[in-house]
Amino acid sequence: MDAVLLARIQFAFTVGYHFLFVPVSLGTGVFMLVAGRRWYKTQAESDKAGFLFWLKLFSLTFVIGVATGITMEFAFGTNWATYSRFVGDIFGAPLAAEALFAFFLESTFLGVLLFGRNRVPRRLYYVSMWLVVCGALLSALWIIIANSWQQTPDGYTVENGKAVLTHFWAAAFNPSTLPRYFHTVFSTFVAGAFMAAAVAVYYLKRGRHVEFAKRTIKVAIVFGLICSIAMPIIGDWQGRVVGKYQPVKMAAYEGIFKTEQGAGLLLFGVMDPANQTLHAKIAVPKLLSLTLTGSANGTVPGLDTVPKEEQPPLQATFATYRVMIVLGFYFILLLLVGLFLWWRKKLFTERRYLTILAWSVPLPVLAIEAGWFATEMGRQPWIVQGLLKTKDAASSVVSASHILTTLIIFVVIYALLFYAWFRKMRQAIAAGPQVTDGEGYGATAPAAGDAAVVTEEVTR
Amino acid sequence: MTPALGIVWYILIGVLVAGYALLDGFDLGVGILYPFIAKNDAERQTLRHSIGPVWDGNEVWLLTAGGALFAAFPAVYATVFSGFYLAMMLVLFCLIFRAVSLEWSEKAAGAKRGFRGWDLAFFLGSTVAALLLGVALGNVVRGVPVGLDGEFAGSFFDLLNPLALVIGLTGLAMIVVHGASWTAVKTDGALRARAAAVRSWAHWVFVLLVAVATICAALIVPEQAKAVVTNPVGIIAVIVLVLGIVLSRFAMMRKSDGLAFTGSAAGILGLVAIMAVGNYPALVPALGTPERSLTIANSASSHLTLLVMLIIACIGVPVVLAYTALVYKSFWGRVKTAAGDAKGGGAH
Repeated sequence: MDAVLLARIQFAFTVGYHFLFVPVSLGTGVFMLVAGRRWYKTQAESDKAGFLFWLKLFSLTFVIGVATGITMEFAFGTNWATYSRFVGDIFGAPLAAEALFAFFLESTFLGVLLFGRNRVPRRLYYVSMWLVVCGALLSALWIIIANSWQQTPDGYTVENGKAVLTHFWAAAFNPSTLPRYFHTVFSTFVAGAFMAAAVAVYYLKRGRHVEFAKRTIKVAIVFGLICSIAMPIIGDWQGRVVGKYQPVKMAAYEGIFKTEQGAGLLLFGVMDPANQTLHAKIAVPKLLSLTLTGSANGTVPGLDTVPKEEQPPLQATFATYRVMIVLGFYFILLLLVGLFLWWRKKLFTERRYLTILAWSVPLPVLAIEAGWFATEMGRQPWIVQGLLKTKDAASSVVSASHILTTLIIFVVIYALLFYAWFRKMRQAIAAGPQVTDGEGYGATAPAAGDAAVVTEEVTR
Repeated sequence: MTPALGIVWYILIGVLVAGYALLDGFDLGVGILYPFIAKNDAERQTLRHSIGPVWDGNEVWLLTAGGALFAAFPAVYATVFSGFYLAMMLVLFCLIFRAVSLEWSEKAAGAKRGFRGWDLAFFLGSTVAALLLGVALGNVVRGVPVGLDGEFAGSFFDLLNPLALVIGLTGLAMIVVHGASWTAVKTDGALRARAAAVRSWAHWVFVLLVAVATICAALIVPEQAKAVVTNPVGIIAVIVLVLGIVLSRFAMMRKSDGLAFTGSAAGILGLVAIMAVGNYPALVPALGTPERSLTIANSASSHLTLLVMLIIACIGVPVVLAYTALVYKSFWGRVKTAAGDAKGGGAH
């Protein structure tokens, strides 16, 4: 296999893996903050237990997010040296700023949360919760700035074969930065809400921590629903940016091969890249033109506007985009049903609903991964839209065999880490919210009532 | 001509590297000492907790240095990271294992466990990362083969040369001394006594290796060695290194743990500064072809990027230093023994 393809597989694998944990930690971070605020106000032992529980889930996930995030910062230099030379003048600054403004903040104050409960004033401890979550959100902003510049570059000029910064704010807040940022952050909130709901269902079904579970599931449904409904609105905003700046990507999303006036918004279709056509097409007439151009008969450029070799991989881009959209509407529907059951006072007893809700826990992360793949593959063959092609961006001095070797090691190590993370999360959830005075990572000491459950989990 | 902002960023990256060595250095040192000086679960927990609240923040210095290198000297970042491919990947795997093992090696309080897989991962991750980072810096001092296109033109085995290995071992010894000094400051009783013993003999090894490295450098890279001793900043750096070494030994004799830690910290600063002065104005000297060296002038980013980065640094660094200091102050003092912690329920 050639080195560029291997480097792409490695990047997709390591960043896709990293992004399994980022949504979970950002999402549980919000629930940690809600529980922490409650504890700060009430000072009740039961609320302290609730906060410590979320802190445990957050920190277990945060640490693997940090560890796999280092990979990404290394990867630009190790595997994508030519890309790094080309974009360094612009792309490096957000990464440095991310470390300086966000990584320091979140890791330093997570240290306070884990070890400082009996050492720092109550107020500072509470502020630390906010700083950790703000750090995580800031980190997302800087990395989204970097990625968005690849999608819709701005504030630059090309000199001697390199992109050179001409306007910082234009580069940082390029056309797709803000919609992409909100789109990403709200999607992680949805993931957090489903995580919280699943945890609550686990306790409800076993009759443990019932008060905590009821409160959690209510917050999860309301918060999850608000964020899920926000998603298509933000998605529409981002879609218009894609339509304007990356029309080929939009054409791949919607399966538009020939430039169309009054294009419909696709509901269903079967992609046939070989024949450059879409079968069994069902669409809402004129809606795509209306949203993208503001006019029902507006022109939507098709894939025929570029040579075939400049089309993205159509099947994969089209499919992952559809998966994201379908899941997004599924979340809204599922949470609306939850709201309805709550109104009819059946939420805690409708076991079938609770089961479906709990088993939906991986779906928001799946939707996020699908959306990520759609937006990255939809940009191909470009690594920086219109400026640099992916095939010209890899490290020239790194051989395919080296990349293959490290790829295999990544797969093995990451599989091991996933297994360990999953086990730890199960143990922590089985142990449940409880009060402990210990400090540090392992602070969740088993309370009398749950000791049997924990022992059972540990010996497995 | 060397741009002024480029010089500023050369210095700032040196500061970030020094900050990393100074702070994460003791975390790595604790990881190296971990299987040797901690004899039971409680002592292992004490060691982990001595760095628990701070190691993650300390590691960010490396990420910031990497990000700053990418932003300020993209060509250097690209050449070094892709050129040292396997070594960098190995460092990465070590850092991943170190990060997760620290948190995941914890068990519910009171559970018996012994020395387990994650403990081994913590030890190996720390040791190999410390050694490799030292060897990588050693290669940056010696210079690496650079092709006409500015790319690394050697192989993995070119990196295993005598000077780089000696510098790598010197760095490893330095980090052991630093970690032992930290442990002596942060712990009590038998653990502290064992740490102090390691600190003492590791310090002799370190002094010996510094001498060997100095001789090697004078023979292998005479121009850099000359640049250090003819430059006032270089002379100050040498003085700081020597003072740090002497201060450490003096403090050990006086049994003053805090002063010994100060001494090892000064030694680290001195060493990093010596390397920075020796290489200036090159970030990566090209072996045998000085005209291909990656210098401030030929690898720095545009004036605007360097300026924006400087503004970012001027806003961010003081804030980071302030709250880092606050957190170190909050965790000041010796770590309570783990056994006492686990039993002490209901006090708060």
